[in-house]
Amino acid sequence: MSLAVSTPSSPTRLRLGLRAGLVIFVLLLGIMPLLNLLPVSHPLHVSDFLVSITGKWICYAILALSLDLAWGYAGILSLGHGAFFALGGYAMGMHLMRLIGPRGVYGHPVLPDFMVFLGYQELPWYWLGFDSFPFAMLMVLLVPGLLALVVGFLSFRSRITGVYLSILTQAMTFALMLAFFRNDMGLGGNNGFTDFKELLGFSLNTSGARAGLFYASLIALVLSFLICQRLTRSKYGRVLTAIRDAESRVRFLGYDTTSHKLFAFVLSAMLAGVAGALYVPQVGIINPGEFSPANSIEAVIWVAVGGRGTLVGAVLGAFTVNGLKTWLTSAAPDLWLFVLGGLFVAVTLFLPKGLIGLMKGRGR
Amino acid sequence: MKHSVLIFLMVLALALPARAQDAFTAGLTGLGTSFNQTAEAVDRLGASGDPRALPLLRALADGRLLRQADGALLIRDGAGAIDAMSGARAEAGGAEPVRLNNRVRVALRGALGRLQLLSPDQAERQAAAEAVFRSRSAENVPLLEAALARETVPAIRARMALALAASRLMASDAADKLLGVTALGATASPEARAVLLEFRSANPDIAPQIDEAVVAIDQRLALRRAAETLFQGLSLGSVLLLAALGLAVTFGVMGVINMAHGEFVMLGAYTTFVVQEALRDIPALQPWSLPLAVPAAFLITAACGAAMERGLIRHLYGRPLETLLMTFGVGMMIQQAVRLAFGAQNREIISPSWMQGTLMLPGDIAVTQNRLWILAFSLVVLALTVAAIRFTRFGLEMRAVTQKRAIAASMGIRTGRVDALTFAFGSGIAGIAGVALSQIDNVSPNLGTGYIIDSFLVVVFGGVGSLAGTLVGAFGLGIINKVLEPWAGAVLAKVFVLVAVMLFIQRKPRGLFAQKGRAAEA
Repeated sequence: MSLAVSTPSSPTRLRLGLRAGLVIFVLLLGIMPLLNLLPVSHPLHVSDFLVSITGKWICYAILALSLDLAWGYAGILSLGHGAFFALGGYAMGMHLMRLIGPRGVYGHPVLPDFMVFLGYQELPWYWLGFDSFPFAMLMVLLVPGLLALVVGFLSFRSRITGVYLSILTQAMTFALMLAFFRNDMGLGGNNGFTDFKELLGFSLNTSGARAGLFYASLIALVLSFLICQRLTRSKYGRVLTAIRDAESRVRFLGYDTTSHKLFAFVLSAMLAGVAGALYVPQVGIINPGEFSPANSIEAVIWVAVGGRGTLVGAVLGAFTVNGLKTWLTSAAPDLWLFVLGGLFVAVTLFLPKGLIGLMKGRGR
Repeated sequence: MKHSVLIFLMVLALALPARAQDAFTAGLTGLGTSFNQTAEAVDRLGASGDPRALPLLRALADGRLLRQADGALLIRDGAGAIDAMSGARAEAGGAEPVRLNNRVRVALRGALGRLQLLSPDQAERQAAAEAVFRSRSAENVPLLEAALARETVPAIRARMALALAASRLMASDAADKLLGVTALGATASPEARAVLLEFRSANPDIAPQIDEAVVAIDQRLALRRAAETLFQGLSLGSVLLLAALGLAVTFGVMGVINMAHGEFVMLGAYTTFVVQEALRDIPALQPWSLPLAVPAAFLITAACGAAMERGLIRHLYGRPLETLLMTFGVGMMIQQAVRLAFGAQNREIISPSWMQGTLMLPGDIAVTQNRLWILAFSLVVLALTVAAIRFTRFGLEMRAVTQKRAIAASMGIRTGRVDALTFAFGSGIAGIAGVALSQIDNVSPNLGTGYIIDSFLVVVFGGVGSLAGTLVGAFGLGIINKVLEPWAGAVLAKVFVLVAVMLFIQRKPRGLFAQKGRAAEA
């Protein structure tokens, strides 16, 4: 169960290889929007589709990183990380809705279309402030963070662990999904938010805006990776890993396990929120379906496939599984769910350390 | 002696139709002359209660009643006509239709209503009672009393009594009015309440009595609503119980977390569909397709469960999180396999006739039959599960293995076999649940997904490892949900329950019926 922690001062060959691979990978991602600018006939041209879908995958990779922090390092298998992702997305969506202004179908100067349609007279209080970008970004971090703080505090304090915590988080995202489906929530009900126009003054339909969002996501991914790396290699990270492997023992050694776990969980939820916030303007829609428990559990399988407990693994898993999904859902749509289900079975039975574990096994 | 009885009977036999004929014949006088006389005749016929009056008055209403020059009445019947008195065929030549005006029409409506109250046809009596209740006239009181005395069908009796009470309100006599108010106040009918409130403004002298009656009705209505909410809660609880019971065995007793549990429920529902289709050509067995589906579903899902335990789950014992993910993957594959085999659309399950319809409990509490059956069924399944665990050899071995695996093994129990059987048992119960749920839910590949979270909540809320906890948890959550629904709406009620359970688990992490002692720490 415990993963060998090698000190940063004596990197193994595999570690060096992975690190080099990661840098090359990020650089490759970085030139994608530039290659998109080449003429279509050029052999190195990258299609709009590939750029936009890679942008999505980058957001998924951030979500995978955040989940890995909670599951791989703190042992908290959250089946509700999709909720943090969606909440971040909704916060961003609310900002984007406010920016539509009078350009909606009904042309109301303040109210979004769905509110005019539902007969709202004025903005509900919780929409106030979302016209400001810094406020919206603050909410992207705060809303998921606060939810994680409350759920985490109550659960960790009562020493709810393992599958109980998993089911609890799944119930959390399920309850949120039901709540967001209601029209009276004042958050778009069934249809959620869509038809976004602009962000920070840039029209969202231009390739320039797409490239900008792509780079923003890439930077967020690199930053998240560095933060997680810094954190997991610190003394705090060691304690966290120890809690994952033997919580009672760490508690008896005098560590406050609750606050250690809580910090990791809240940070993880905030990262997931950032991922969601970057995701929404790229796909152009956010609706309650994002809260569906299946989404959260799919994110878990990215981490499991890549290799939990390693940050590279989480990123690798997100890209691999989503690449496979994109390819299979168009090539053999009936087969995809079998493959996804099969991945769950195969990874848990045969590859508990994921693809990274496979490479490690070969490296030795 | 014998003679006298015989003679008496003969006289009686002769006298009855003769007397009826008298009233009927007397009633006919004047029909078809002036409008006033016709209306009076219609009134008399309506009061006579004679069975022959009904077709005659109907004919009059439809313009099919003819009057010949000599005063004989004919009823046109297709091309020909029959004599209204004798029923014999007659020539309609020279006969004029009896004309109607508004006064006659009003009289006709009342008379038809009264005659229909005595009609041999149930539906007609029911409709008549309804009409008389709406028209509310003091004149109907004697007739309603007569009809009520003869009526045997309880539902129609109730309507007639209501109509009688409402008609009494219109009486000129204050005592009669009070009688009506008291009678209406003794019901639990929102209609009676409306009638009383309407009547109140016109009768300020008996307002206190009316208010009292309205309060009494309100109390009874509230009681009925509470009873109906309770039943709905019990019904939802029985569904939760069925869905959670299998989980209480696999998760609660074995500690194996099976996210494919919902898919086993779904497989049970599809087994019901397959059994129903297989018996389509055998009419004799068709009504039994549902009872036959129960063992079939048990066997099929139990086999799936055993295969899953031996093939996959066994390798992951002691790693609950991995088990969770793996079983989720298996569930995904089962769902997709069913979707490919049966299509994504809902499959229709025909309810047997004994499960259809609504049952009226005393106090007008409406209870749907299929929900009642499922409630009873869930309790039977629970009892059988408890019995299997308590009183059978298999149950004993199962308890031994879950309590102390090593000791059980050293006592010669084949723990691997017991694991497989226990998991198969829990999965089989899920399949049985699927049979029941196919009656009230859409049979689609997604059937199970809706139940899995609820089931886990029930098991955790009730206390892992305790079947009594599962029972209390299921009915408790079901009733809380239904009590909240009128205030919060269906969706928000569900959200509240989810949040409440989450908070509850904070306070009592081991559920309502926590296991104590060494087993709790295992």
